Amino acid sequence: MQSQTIPDTLKPPATSVGVLGWLRKNLFSTWFNALLTFFALYVIYVLVSGVWNFVVTTDWGVITANLRLFMVGRYPMEQTWRVQASVSLFAFLLGASWAIWRGIARSAAILLAAVFFTALVLPFALNDRLWMAGNLALIGVGFAAGYFTRARRVLVWAWLASLPIIALLLYGVGGLPRVATDLWGGLLLTLALSVVGIAASFPLGVLLAVGRQSTYPAMRVFCIGYIELVRGVPLITVLFMMQIMLPLFLPEGVTVESVVRAMVAFVLFTAAYVAEVVRGGLQAIPRGQMEAARALGLNGILTLLLIVLPQALRLTIPAMVGQFISLFKDTSLVAIVGLLDLAGIASAAANQPDFLGRQAEVYLFIALIYFVFSTAMSYGSRRLEKTLGVGER
Amino acid sequence: MTSPAPSSVSRAVPFYRDVRVLRILAQIVFVALILLFFWYLLNNMTRGLSRVSGAFSFAFLDNAASFALSETPLPYDPATDSYLIAFLIGVLNTLRVVVAGIALATLLGLVAGIAQLSSNWLVSKIAQVYVEIFRNTPLLIQLFVWYFIGVLSLPRVRDSLALPGSIYLSNRGLALPWFTTNETFTLWLIVAFAAIAVAGVAYWLLGRVKTPLLYEWRGVWAFLVWLALALGAAVALSPVTPSLPEIRGFNFQNGLMLSPEYAALLLGLVFYTGAFIADIVRAGILAVPRGIIEASRALGLTYVQALRLIVIPLALRVIIPPLTNQYLNLAKNSSLAIAIGYADVFYVSNTIFNQTGQTLQVILMIMGAYLIISLTLSAIMNVVNARFKLVER
Repeated sequence: MQSQTIPDTLKPPATSVGVLGWLRKNLFSTWFNALLTFFALYVIYVLVSGVWNFVVTTDWGVITANLRLFMVGRYPMEQTWRVQASVSLFAFLLGASWAIWRGIARSAAILLAAVFFTALVLPFALNDRLWMAGNLALIGVGFAAGYFTRARRVLVWAWLASLPIIALLLYGVGGLPRVATDLWGGLLLTLALSVVGIAASFPLGVLLAVGRQSTYPAMRVFCIGYIELVRGVPLITVLFMMQIMLPLFLPEGVTVESVVRAMVAFVLFTAAYVAEVVRGGLQAIPRGQMEAARALGLNGILTLLLIVLPQALRLTIPAMVGQFISLFKDTSLVAIVGLLDLAGIASAAANQPDFLGRQAEVYLFIALIYFVFSTAMSYGSRRLEKTLGVGER
Repeated sequence: MTSPAPSSVSRAVPFYRDVRVLRILAQIVFVALILLFFWYLLNNMTRGLSRVSGAFSFAFLDNAASFALSETPLPYDPATDSYLIAFLIGVLNTLRVVVAGIALATLLGLVAGIAQLSSNWLVSKIAQVYVEIFRNTPLLIQLFVWYFIGVLSLPRVRDSLALPGSIYLSNRGLALPWFTTNETFTLWLIVAFAAIAVAGVAYWLLGRVKTPLLYEWRGVWAFLVWLALALGAAVALSPVTPSLPEIRGFNFQNGLMLSPEYAALLLGLVFYTGAFIADIVRAGILAVPRGIIEASRALGLTYVQALRLIVIPLALRVIIPPLTNQYLNLAKNSSLAIAIGYADVFYVSNTIFNQTGQTLQVILMIMGAYLIISLTLSAIMNVVNARFKLVER
């Protein structure tokens, strides 16, 4: 006996579901789209095959020979352990944050672990490999410590303390020999400039933004003048001015290392942009919030600190991260005033007699480093935005 | 805020608790502190400067510059022309790259922004990859890549790549067909300007006609009137003779020569800023609610009409303010020319500074030049913005 159930509905035609359907919908919906698709395929073929051929056939000797320069510049060889210790501390804290906060901390920790893991496979010296393996272990130890203790508050303080600790460790304090910042270089200098720039320009920028909204005309005029003047000139002029003028501004006999001068320039410059970002957030807070706070008996400063700023700063996270990404990229400009950050080292390496004409490899390599950091930051900001629910209220 | 007028002497507020007095006092203290700070800096500086470069004056600007410039849009002779002329040539060079850069970056950003929203999956992915790569790497590195790897590795003049239309690519730059002006050129310019007035009259007259073909297209008709007059005058007067580039010896003769530095700077600025503009354009188009577009289609507008009358005006309203920021960024970023040796205002000023040691004056001149460029740009964009801004009830 044959029983055949007849389906009530016909299956959709093969051309509108599955891979074929997707292709048809997204790539070949009209003749024009089909044309575009073939053109795009051609472009992709040319670019990818060009890059692939370059990457595979070229000699990366200029990178491997100078890797130390790219990472820490002229930081003394026998003191390198201080940089390594700083990275290890960072790895440990990141591991702990992964356990406690998850979210972005997890992505960051995984990214760091992936970097170390890849580096382990590459032919490094045994000591360096041991250090990398140690860092991988430290991420794990940090994770375990965070998982079992759940010490949120301790972790926050540890992060806050880590910045000065790392700075003192690298610069030298107590019995450690001093390593002047002029010897710092490569990725180390790039990160030092960015972190100091971000950490110091943020409070200054908030202060400027609050001053710009102030009811005191004297402060308002000063802040507006400062912000608009700085925003009207290119960063490179501020950098040059600081390199040339800062020694003149200081009393005789006081000298400042040129890296510190560059840091001052970045802080002064970025603060003006941060101020404008914060102003956007301040203006988005409804008047009623302030009036309610005043009605409840808070004074002006408490209203600002407890009611207005927490809400305003949360709104500004995406723009603020954007600002810090551009600060990170802009640190490359110190190469023009002669510092040996990542970009400065790149130019120097491309001019070494052994590696003349190897610019492509060098610039591709450091562009990749900048790209990874910037992309990671913008990805992190998008995640943070989601967790904090910016734009949903 | 202000306390009610005291009814009796005993209830009078002492001056140190009176908000009005305190407000004024706070401002006076603030201004005094700022002035003290600047006085301290200036005092140090005058002492420092007197060691280095003598009294503050702009007299050095009249001295002969005695340094050669690679690119001179105006005739320039280093032996006789002053520093001031050199500085002005630098300003002109900056304007040359800024104006061309803004036009091309807008075009690229528009195309890439629309491509990001394309229904073609490949096209939108390519546009997104372009935006991500160029946004997340420093402009300085991109400039190095364009200059050292792009332009300088082109073939020598003798083996230039010849493109259709007498365009030649070589490591000496880009040679384009151009024209030389005859003595009738001024006369032709006058006629062309007079023709604008004629076209204006035609526009006004057509505005009073009821024939739709004439009335609705009166802008096009008026433009055609102007074009006919200008072209007619050009045929009659022959104000220009075309000049085609040709290889003579080791360089090109005739035509328009764009130096490798200019080409690299322009490419760098256009691709970098274009990526940012692309995202602005994308966000602007996405900001137009679908319902509005559907409503306009329901009211019987064609697709093109809906685009022209509804979508573009609404999108522009969102696009123009951040676009202005990008234009200003482009103008300021053009100062990175110094990294590849293009003689822009910053480069020339830096040379002037190195020769004369007049720190403060030169820095003031640079800042003044950039502030004027920035303010002019934002003034123009404010006018544009006012035209598209939401007219509130």
